[in-house]
Amino acid sequence: MKNFRYVARSKAIAARALGDETMVMSATNSTLFTLDEVASVIWEAADGVTPLEDIVAKKICSAYDVAPGLALQDAETLVENLVQHGILLASDQPLLPASATGKEAS
Amino acid sequence: MSGLAAAMAAKALKLNIPLSVQLDLTYRCNERCIHCYLDHDDHGEMTTAEIKDLLDQMAAAGVFYLTISGGEILMRRDFFEILEHARERTFCVKLKTNGVLIREKEAARLRELGVETIQISIYSHRPEVHDAITKMPGSLRQSLDAVRFLRAEGLTVTLANVLMVQNAQDYQSVKALAAELDAKYTIDPTITPMMDGDRSILSLNVDQAALRAVFRDEALIENVEEFCAPPAGVDEDALDMLPCSAGHTACYVSPYGDVYPCVQFPLPTGNVRRTRFVDIWRDSPQFKEVRSITLRDMPSCSKCAHGATCTRCPGLAYLEGNMRGPSSQDCEKSYARTGIPSENYKARHTSPPSFQSLQLVQIQGLQPAARDFSGDAGAAKAAGA
Repeated sequence: MKNFRYVARSKAIAARALGDETMVMSATNSTLFTLDEVASVIWEAADGVTPLEDIVAKKICSAYDVAPGLALQDAETLVENLVQHGILLASDQPLLPASATGKEAS
Repeated sequence: MSGLAAAMAAKALKLNIPLSVQLDLTYRCNERCIHCYLDHDDHGEMTTAEIKDLLDQMAAAGVFYLTISGGEILMRRDFFEILEHARERTFCVKLKTNGVLIREKEAARLRELGVETIQISIYSHRPEVHDAITKMPGSLRQSLDAVRFLRAEGLTVTLANVLMVQNAQDYQSVKALAAELDAKYTIDPTITPMMDGDRSILSLNVDQAALRAVFRDEALIENVEEFCAPPAGVDEDALDMLPCSAGHTACYVSPYGDVYPCVQFPLPTGNVRRTRFVDIWRDSPQFKEVRSITLRDMPSCSKCAHGATCTRCPGLAYLEGNMRGPSSQDCEKSYARTGIPSENYKARHTSPPSFQSLQLVQIQGLQPAARDFSGDAGAAKAAGA
């Protein structure tokens, strides 16, 4: 298990759904990312108060044929990757909207 | 455009999503640039609430890139309220401004709000030239101060250098100034007609010699040999090419809510005060007509050697009277670039009309009385256009 449970979208990004994908641009360095369908589901659900394991259980495992343990592992890897780029925030405590200012919490 | 951005644009085209929008908040301005294509009066700008609602609609329609421009955007007292709303809707925001009203406090607020880039118009490194173009004494100093304030906040700034007769010799110094200020640089050698169809300001355009010099400047053009190579001609694939993103994945909204394919393509398609943005985008007969046009449908350009590689602007062609016709200014550029005249250029220089004497197009949608969009596809053009 990683040292975070809660994930929230950074405010220092631009983002828009495009079909089943999501375009995300970091406001700090204008790097453009695209999130695939599954990553987009996690992105949309990253409200800072729902634990990641709940997001995976309710949004991923219920919609896709994937083992819960493997899905959570993949989700954690995705979150770590997006946190490194500053477009997602992660913490062991709930992240209130006001805290999602672009500063990484861990 | 990066490969990823191009892939997203291709997907937006396929899904009929307006990926990019330029929204002009006002045509009012604190400068009076001699080449400006706008009037500077307020004919009934959208209110703060109307603009916020429009931003909500645009976000729902899939708009990602939002360019906020004018006029001078900071002439709107509610500018930061609008920008804050736009960023809450997670648009990727680019600002176009002269910077005169940006001091330390405004620069700090722009950083807080996460603007992607700020483009500031700089015409010359010489105050006497820049200020004569803007007709505002001290404007160069104030604009450059703004660049410094913004850079001090770590924001990305681009100096936009519009070339005209008055400053044709200065672009290399402006580029050096951009480097000194750690800003990006972009050059535009085209003065466009006013949005009401008045072409008198086209006399400010630089001549062929100046265009040729710009197009062969290795400091500006990465691969001059390739850029200036003779055109390869038009093959079957090229005939199916779309002109540009205007109306396909991009559009423009005026301060009065009029929607056009592009700021340079003032074909009225609807008004967001009467029709939802997404309905105009999807259903307007004018947008559908623009989207239907390929190179194959352009009688002159499809037979021109430059057809596949020309920078032809459909908006400038429209302003000349025919959106399926050539854009004479782009014909001038193709000639300056390659030394080979386009079909239109040859025809014009056999019996040469000047830019000013070309038939005027009267554009609807800019005056209050003309903003009642009728849905008539031909309403934009005067007789003979």
